[in-house]
Amino acid sequence: MEGSRFSSGEVVSGAVLAGLGTFIIIEARGWVYVDADGPGPGFFPTWYGIAMVVLSLLLIAGSLRKARAAVQPVKWHEISRALFTWAAFAGSVALLKVLGFMLSFGLLTLFVVAVMYRRPLWTALAVAVGCSLGFYAVFALALDVGLPVGIFGF
Amino acid sequence: MDILSGLLQGFAVALAPLNLWWCFVGVFLGTVVGVLPGLGPAATIAMLLPLTFQMNPTTALIMLCGIYYGAKYGGSTTAILLNVPGESASVVTCLDGYQMARKGRGGAALGIAAIASFIAGTFGVVALMLVAPPLAKFALSFSSPEYFALMCLGLAMVVLLAGQSMVKALLAMLVGLWIASMGTDLFTARSRFTFGYSEMLDGIDFVVVAIGIFALGEVLGNMETREGEKMLPVPKGLRNLLPTLAELKACRFAFLNGSVIGFLIGVLPGAGSTIASFISYGIEKAVSKHPEKFGTGVPEGVAAPEGANNSETGGALVPLLTLGIPGSGTTAILLAALILWGLKPGPLMIHDNPDLFWGLVASMYVGNVMLLVLNLPLIPLFAQILKLPVYVLYPVIFGISIVGVYSVSGSLFDTWMLAVFGLLGYLMTKLDYPSAPLILGFVLGDSMERALRQSLMMSQGELSILVSRPISAIMLSLAALILLLPLFRKANAWRVKAIVENG
Repeated sequence: MEGSRFSSGEVVSGAVLAGLGTFIIIEARGWVYVDADGPGPGFFPTWYGIAMVVLSLLLIAGSLRKARAAVQPVKWHEISRALFTWAAFAGSVALLKVLGFMLSFGLLTLFVVAVMYRRPLWTALAVAVGCSLGFYAVFALALDVGLPVGIFGF
Repeated sequence: MDILSGLLQGFAVALAPLNLWWCFVGVFLGTVVGVLPGLGPAATIAMLLPLTFQMNPTTALIMLCGIYYGAKYGGSTTAILLNVPGESASVVTCLDGYQMARKGRGGAALGIAAIASFIAGTFGVVALMLVAPPLAKFALSFSSPEYFALMCLGLAMVVLLAGQSMVKALLAMLVGLWIASMGTDLFTARSRFTFGYSEMLDGIDFVVVAIGIFALGEVLGNMETREGEKMLPVPKGLRNLLPTLAELKACRFAFLNGSVIGFLIGVLPGAGSTIASFISYGIEKAVSKHPEKFGTGVPEGVAAPEGANNSETGGALVPLLTLGIPGSGTTAILLAALILWGLKPGPLMIHDNPDLFWGLVASMYVGNVMLLVLNLPLIPLFAQILKLPVYVLYPVIFGISIVGVYSVSGSLFDTWMLAVFGLLGYLMTKLDYPSAPLILGFVLGDSMERALRQSLMMSQGELSILVSRPISAIMLSLAALILLLPLFRKANAWRVKAIVENG
């Protein structure tokens, strides 16, 4: 996939934003645009929705016209590293309700250190436990900030 | 209240032990995040914002601003020793700073950066103190149409210099306006864009968006690669950090140039410290007797940009504190902080909250002295921070982000939104959409809509009210001119060049 055209990102993002603009306009049509008291809740969204559609189409048109030399290759392996990390972050957020902050954050740290940075498991475990306990000491004990609690009570 | 008595009152506030302590914490943290590449002041302020909600607003603002200007000091360390700017404002410092370090004058380069930062930072505070009160008095005559026009002008300027593509910058701003519309309409109590979630009736919390876009977006971007940079040896001992008299003499114009240019650029929304440092460097090179030596390790090439990026802070606080208009992502977060603490940034802010304004100004004098004292002898210590493994640093940032968001609302829904905005922040970086217009659109969206609707209520629906009043007409014309700038080939070439040089 190395060598895919970066401009396709512009076309896709432009299409997504054009879709969002259309959605905003459709939603805003369901609200009062203007009445005796003045502009209603649909007034402002209608206008920025229209602007979004127009600009998105301009972006797509400009991107399709772009010279071949101007486009950059996409480094998919770098993007996949970032997206894996994001998925792990989202996973730890999903686990907050069940495992609580200490455990889910510990697992996220373990994943980052052991998988993303390929450190030995013992190092990863030490960092994960140290970080979780450090956060508990600083936020829960010292600053009295509430942390998400799971089914184990911490 | 005149300036002198205001300043005296400010020093009484800033020198209170508690404020002194938090000022120190702010500048220390600022230096640390400035040293760390990939973690900027905007992300740090966003992450720490929730922890300030229980603090006195003056104390909290002193600390957060300490992070803001402290980061400018710290940013030079990595630029000089690593050839990697700790933050974007230090990009230009790499040119001569790193070359000085390669020639064994790294200590002197760090010393010049600290001295220039101190001189220009202090100049910026003096100028802020002199300019802000009269500007606030002038802005007292503003009504809704002028405020709407002013916000349009501010957003247009940010869009102009936010990225190479103005279309993308405008789209990012519109997404910010859309996010700001989510929740309950204040005029009619109609819910908008809530997608059936009751948690969204109050809108999306600023902290969630700011931490997601800035902190998580930045970290995810940094995690694309596993490699770190190689650092040049850190100079040891205070003597090695002091520049020679000849070097200081060579920098005397650069100190002044950086101070003045930095402040003037700072007052303009959108330009920011990176552009200030580039312009100041360009002027220094243009007036130099030996322009060909720039880029090979001349001390003026360090002093001018480092001065400019510190003086810019004072300038950037002028529109924020007098008009309630932020000019960058970081000042947008500070504006949101002021609103969250129950304050109303605008022309009446200095009059209604003299302790806060003058206390902040005085604390910036104190903070600049603290930074000079901290930075000269402690540079070797700060440089050690670079040895902190990223596989420890990044999970810590993830953890602080979750705790920061959860501590505001106690809602797990917000932590989900944090993940969503983190992904959005990363995708925006990858696709070259600037984040500052989105944050500014989000922060100003609510006030902008309110000002527009109030204006139209005043005129019974006539849009001409926006152009029939002279101040708003001038500001809207300027905004339109700015947005039309890309149509003029020469002007657009200048704009693109400024942004490309920005990195």
